[in-house]
Amino acid sequence: MKFAVLVFPGSNCDIDCYKAVEDTIGQEVDYVWHTATDLSAYDAILVPGGFSYGDYLRCGAMASYAPVMNEVVKAAEQGKFILGICNGFQILTEANLLPGALIRNTGLKFRCQQQMLEVVNNGTAFTNQYSQGEMIDIPIAHGEGNYYCDDATLAELKANNQIVFRYAGDTNPNGSVENIAGISNKKGNVVGMMPHPERAIDQILGSEDGKRMFTSILNAWREQHGAAING
Amino acid sequence: MAQQLTAKEPTAEQIVEQKIYQQFGVSDYEFELICGFLGRKPNYTEIGVFSVMWSEHCAYKNSKPILKKFPITGPRVLMGPGEGAGIVDIGDNQAVVFKIESHNHPSAVEPYQGAATGVGGIIRDIFSMGARPVALLNSLRFGKLENDRVKYLFENVVSGIAGYGNCIGIPTVAGEVMFDESYEGNPLVNAMCVGLIDHDKIQRGVAKGVGNPVFYVGPATGRDGIHGATFASVELTEESEEKRTAVQVGDPFMEKLVMESTLELINSGIVLGIQDMGAAGLTCSSAEMASKAGNGLELYLDEVPQRETGMTPYEMMLSESQERMLFVVEPQHEAQAQEIFDRWGVICKKVGKVTDDGRLRLFHQGEQVADMPVKALVDECPVYEKPSQEPAYYRANATLDTAAFAEVTDLTGALEKVLASPTVASKEWVYNQYDYMVRTSTAVQPGSDAAVVTIRGTRKGLAMTTDCNGRYVYLDPEVGGRIAVAEAARNIVCSGAEPLAITDNLNFGSPEKPEVFWQIEKAADGMSEACRVLDTPVIGGNVSLYNENAKGAIYPTPVIGMVGLVHDVDHITTQGFKKEGDVIILVGDTKAEFGGSELLYVLNGAAEGRPPAIDLATEKNMLGAVLTAIQGGLVASAHDLSEGGLAVALAESAISGKIGAEVNVATDLRPDHLLFSESQTRILLSATPEKAAALQAHLTEQGVVNAAIGTVKGSSLTINVNGKSGVNAPVKQLEKVWKDAIPCLMK
Repeated sequence: MKFAVLVFPGSNCDIDCYKAVEDTIGQEVDYVWHTATDLSAYDAILVPGGFSYGDYLRCGAMASYAPVMNEVVKAAEQGKFILGICNGFQILTEANLLPGALIRNTGLKFRCQQQMLEVVNNGTAFTNQYSQGEMIDIPIAHGEGNYYCDDATLAELKANNQIVFRYAGDTNPNGSVENIAGISNKKGNVVGMMPHPERAIDQILGSEDGKRMFTSILNAWREQHGAAING
Repeated sequence: MAQQLTAKEPTAEQIVEQKIYQQFGVSDYEFELICGFLGRKPNYTEIGVFSVMWSEHCAYKNSKPILKKFPITGPRVLMGPGEGAGIVDIGDNQAVVFKIESHNHPSAVEPYQGAATGVGGIIRDIFSMGARPVALLNSLRFGKLENDRVKYLFENVVSGIAGYGNCIGIPTVAGEVMFDESYEGNPLVNAMCVGLIDHDKIQRGVAKGVGNPVFYVGPATGRDGIHGATFASVELTEESEEKRTAVQVGDPFMEKLVMESTLELINSGIVLGIQDMGAAGLTCSSAEMASKAGNGLELYLDEVPQRETGMTPYEMMLSESQERMLFVVEPQHEAQAQEIFDRWGVICKKVGKVTDDGRLRLFHQGEQVADMPVKALVDECPVYEKPSQEPAYYRANATLDTAAFAEVTDLTGALEKVLASPTVASKEWVYNQYDYMVRTSTAVQPGSDAAVVTIRGTRKGLAMTTDCNGRYVYLDPEVGGRIAVAEAARNIVCSGAEPLAITDNLNFGSPEKPEVFWQIEKAADGMSEACRVLDTPVIGGNVSLYNENAKGAIYPTPVIGMVGLVHDVDHITTQGFKKEGDVIILVGDTKAEFGGSELLYVLNGAAEGRPPAIDLATEKNMLGAVLTAIQGGLVASAHDLSEGGLAVALAESAISGKIGAEVNVATDLRPDHLLFSESQTRILLSATPEKAAALQAHLTEQGVVNAAIGTVKGSSLTINVNGKSGVNAPVKQLEKVWKDAIPCLMK
């Protein structure tokens, strides 16, 4: 299986994502520049965190117009696995690959901390190694992670089981709608989340609960791949 | 047009007649010297360039005699003071690069940008050496947090540090924040950066090879930060608000691009010399690079990228616009360098060339507009031996018995008061605003004695901390200087690391005052002695003088930034108690020492008497014994005793470990003395019951005083002294007091 880690000017979790793929599942992984126009070689695309283009307009807004994003849209249509983390989540919403928007934290401050999440949907390619309702410890680090969408979108997210992660109990750190921490698209092959699973892959860093996101992706790919061969 | 603009500038004659040079901090005597070096009167551009190069900030003209005191060599030191940052070998062809720098005056008038650009500047010092920055630290001082202006400064300084560090993606892993009236109106904002480098990648700021092109990298030059270095070298006054234009504006996104492209350039192996444009911008970087190579430099100012129209040579040379670098390559590598910066979308422009005449010559609109000897700019600034005098307060304090205060009987209440003092209270409000996890190598997060960052591909780690108790240094600069270094070493050892070296930031008042100069001298003596005994040489640093407010000089605050080597990640130790049943061991002697203590400050606001005594040989021996115990796997938790003494250390270890403790101590001291004394050379350890005896035997064998004083247990902290109940409180309650203090004040 082959991963792409996108690099925009100002991405700063690209190295962490790259190393997480190496360390957790040992699969092939490349950095792919924001100007790239071909992603056909990749099975999964990671859109990393950071401050793409300085986040000087709206977070993720500039990056969503980078040349590589046309290819990400194509890849999403083809059913490839796409995971946006933090700024990557913001970019995916700006690119309309995911509904809703990320706005300023209600506390108006950047927050970095360990964070408990509830796995709301373990049926996605990104969460199949977790159990439904499991509580996991995945850190956050963002100033604009307050997920917002209108009521109709929220109803749709719920009806389609698109809410993937929620902040546990009363620990919502940013004021997001219904404690939402991560969502998927309708098909379930595109997921965006504010917490950083790539920062939770080793007990020495405080948690290894993020590891299973990567093993989930590999597992899903293997199932798909096997099915294709058999089919 | 050009004529009109230059017409606004005073002529060489007007500079003399109106003594315009004095506005730039140049004395009559210095002006005479400058005329001598030039063989004529300087024009406006030249006097501007000289004035910044000869400012305290760039020339250390008042502090050089002090800096000579520091030990700067050691078997591991690969580069000492003089370059962008010092470098220490950590084995396996790797080295650690680090430096601390102040941005006090900018932060006093424009706290967000002042602090942000402080962070940006220190990061450039690290990557201009060729190193990959891996961690940021800071050391902050503010007035009393009840004051609205202080709240504004605190809020925005923290926000500025976060804004820059978070965006560029370097974790802010440790720091310290203290509050005292002494810093009102003149906060201290010291930022430190730590980087990693392979030995063969180390760069120097030299303009090598006559005829080689000189390149400018980074955003265009604007009129911001003009005379920033001069501004840093005078006292703040009520008019300082008007000097907001001397404060630069930071762009961390741009710096991220400049950093990545510069590191790529350096890794390509074609760079001959590189230096960042920090204080005094283009002036300082070009003059220093030429000086270090023994060469000259020509700059063609029309080629300098400009953000504003009609900029004069004076403005371009003195601008401190941020995120800029200067480098030299051979002509055949020009295209390769250009390609790297083009790909990153960063401006890279040839602006000059290396010459052999030892002069810095500037050209603008077809004319030579300045011609100065490089050596005079860099090396010939006069050095002053300032008069020094022991202050009256120091003598008056000699006979004061600081332990003679009325006995505190409500010990739980006193502990809660100390825990709620903003200096001691949890700094979670601060560090939760910093991304301390990016780069995924932060093994010990902020809130412990020292942070630890792992080194990928090895079993090693780097421990790092910043420390200084300005109150101690004020009361006795020599002892306070020793304590600052020793406490930093204690923090490093508690995290399981061997202390390597320090960078220091000498924050003091005006050196023109003999009492302040005395403080500087004595503090440097104490620091130097401690560095020698503890084998932690000074590999670089920064001097910030003229830190004064309406009431006088700030507390002398020589901040120590120390880095240590964790030889194996298994040695990493944190302060929190680990397990029910673990034995708590107090290492070191406790005496009734309260000069400058947090308890006295909380009780009556006093900083008087003498600070706690320290014996460096005992300290070294204790640190060695504790480190070998940690490395031998005997220790479950380790925490340095500092502000608030034993009571606070016990509370912090319990809070961090989310578990209680039952402590029983027998003592000849008054119970309040025992619990809150700030005697030095003490560490609180815990060990499993199986290992506790071996740990104590090891310490005793090494001649280190130690005593088992209790057990990790339950959910309350109970401390009984001589069989009588002293402190008794649920850990949750202490945690609430400790954690809520700063957020409550900031609401």
